[in-house]
Amino acid sequence: MKVVVDMNQCQDHGQCVFAAPDVFRFDDDGHLAYVPDPDESLREQVEEAADVCPLQAIRIEA
Amino acid sequence: MSATVVVAGASLAGLRAAEQLRAAGWEGPITLVGDEPHMPYNRPPLSKEVLVGKAPFESLAFRPRAGVADVSWRLGTQVVAADLERRVVRLDSGETLPYGGLVVATGMRPRRLRCPGPLTGRHTVRTLDDARGLRAALTRPGARVVVVGAGFIGCEVAATAVALGAAEVTVVDPLPLPMVGPLGELLATSLLKRHEQRGVRFALGAGVTAFEGGDRVTGVVLSDGRVLPADVVVESVGSVANTEWLDGNGLDLTDGVLTDAHLRAGGRPDVVAVGDVARFPNARYDRVPRRVEHWSIPTDTAKHAARVLAAHLTGGDAGLGPFAPLPTFWSDQHDFRLQSFGAPALGRDDVRVLDGDPDGDVLAGYHADGRLVGVVALGGPAAATAAARYRAQLLQQPALTA
Ligand SMILES: Cc1cc2nc3c(=O)[nH]c(=O)nc-3n(C[C@H](O)[C@H](O)[C@H](O)COP(=O)(O)OP(=O)(O)OC[C@H]3O[C@@H](n4cnc5c(N)ncnc54)[C@H](O)[C@@H]3O)c2cc1C
Ligand code: SF4
Repeated sequence: MKVVVDMNQCQDHGQCVFAAPDVFRFDDDGHLAYVPDPDESLREQVEEAADVCPLQAIRIEA
Repeated sequence: MSATVVVAGASLAGLRAAEQLRAAGWEGPITLVGDEPHMPYNRPPLSKEVLVGKAPFESLAFRPRAGVADVSWRLGTQVVAADLERRVVRLDSGETLPYGGLVVATGMRPRRLRCPGPLTGRHTVRTLDDARGLRAALTRPGARVVVVGAGFIGCEVAATAVALGAAEVTVVDPLPLPMVGPLGELLATSLLKRHEQRGVRFALGAGVTAFEGGDRVTGVVLSDGRVLPADVVVESVGSVANTEWLDGNGLDLTDGVLTDAHLRAGGRPDVVAVGDVARFPNARYDRVPRRVEHWSIPTDTAKHAARVLAAHLTGGDAGLGPFAPLPTFWSDQHDFRLQSFGAPALGRDDVRVLDGDPDGDVLAGYHADGRLVGVVALGGPAAATAAARYRAQLLQQPALTA
């Protein structure tokens, strides 16, 4: 699957990191880093992450 | 044909309920009825990013999941009554809709002040249209702004008004500190200082008794006799649940819709309540039913309620334990963020600084019977990161027994 985070919108809330730790994490500078093409088995986690992002910055494109 | 699920209220909670019904395997028809003319949109930026002009109004629309592409939307339509015995709701168009399952997602509306004086120039912030009107008023040069109510929406709007260059911004509240109800004294004092340092004035310990002006507001009269000149007044004095349409069905509607531990109302397996309007017991805490006006709650309630309702409609068993969400809340004001996990209000009498200090980045722990029940971070990203570290601990806490 394909995941895109609009980094202009993202405000490092980290809700996605709680919901899908295998896909989203904070780098050493405290900025969001993520896997853009996570395995299909993680879809539910990623959908959950997209739901809980307060800025609705996460898009699942395929 | 299978029975329809009617979702009353087409905002975050209604949308999530429809999405989660599909995720829970409900393939029958779903109709969402919402009285706003808009598709569901995100409210938090209405007092922050969008009000200040950093993000456009268009950016607020939610992207519904593909699973709900086939649901029907009745927007600009109000549900005016329900007969839960006969399983029908009545719309303002006069039409009645029969249902097999009903999701109550009608949320809240702002409480209004009833004191005498003109109405023009007085704003609330709940809807897109409210925020458009308020933005137009706040961006007029030299605006003098009085915010009534020092809760989180009032504090956010005050910060936004300063950022927009308002000539004067004053927050009025009968309580001695901003957000003292949810935060307690330690952080509320720190919050007050931060706002004052950034140009917000406060008139605390005073209520509003009247508004001055002819066709429109020119001043706010306080209970201590002072009059604050005002071009723009924002009323952020709490909210009222939209439940009138459920009257006459024997439900407990004293403050939202009372539900059981599975978000069902009135002991009916076919009626669930979600989002701001639901007053539910939280098995994580003392089981006293409460409404929780946090953005995380529509999604959490919808997940649980949709599975319970789908199971009822298809003759299965959801097999879920009692609803026990970890409340999560944030608020952005000026250049700082407030981030809360758990139920700090339950531990307001025993607040300890866990990290940092109240003048800078601070993390406070709220305790009940000596146990951590909530954490609140105030400050920059470092404080929020520190709060996140305690989140796992809060999730692992055994339930409090009353
Ligand atoms: C300005 C603002 C800022 C916020 N900021 C934050 C924040 O920073 N952090 C945070 O955690 N939370 C925040 N919140 C709270 C969060 O947005 C709410 O908890 C959330 O929107 C609740 O969603 P809901 O769907 O339950 O209710 P609502 O969004 O109120 O939706 C209810 C919908 O039902 C409609 N309706 C009502 N009655 C009827 C009827 N009879 N028939 C048909 N339709 C009806 C309403 O018009 C509305 O569209 C904020 C809220 C506001 C207003
Ligand atoms: S939840 Fe949203 S805003 Fe927060 S870090 Fe993730 S993408 Fe960014």
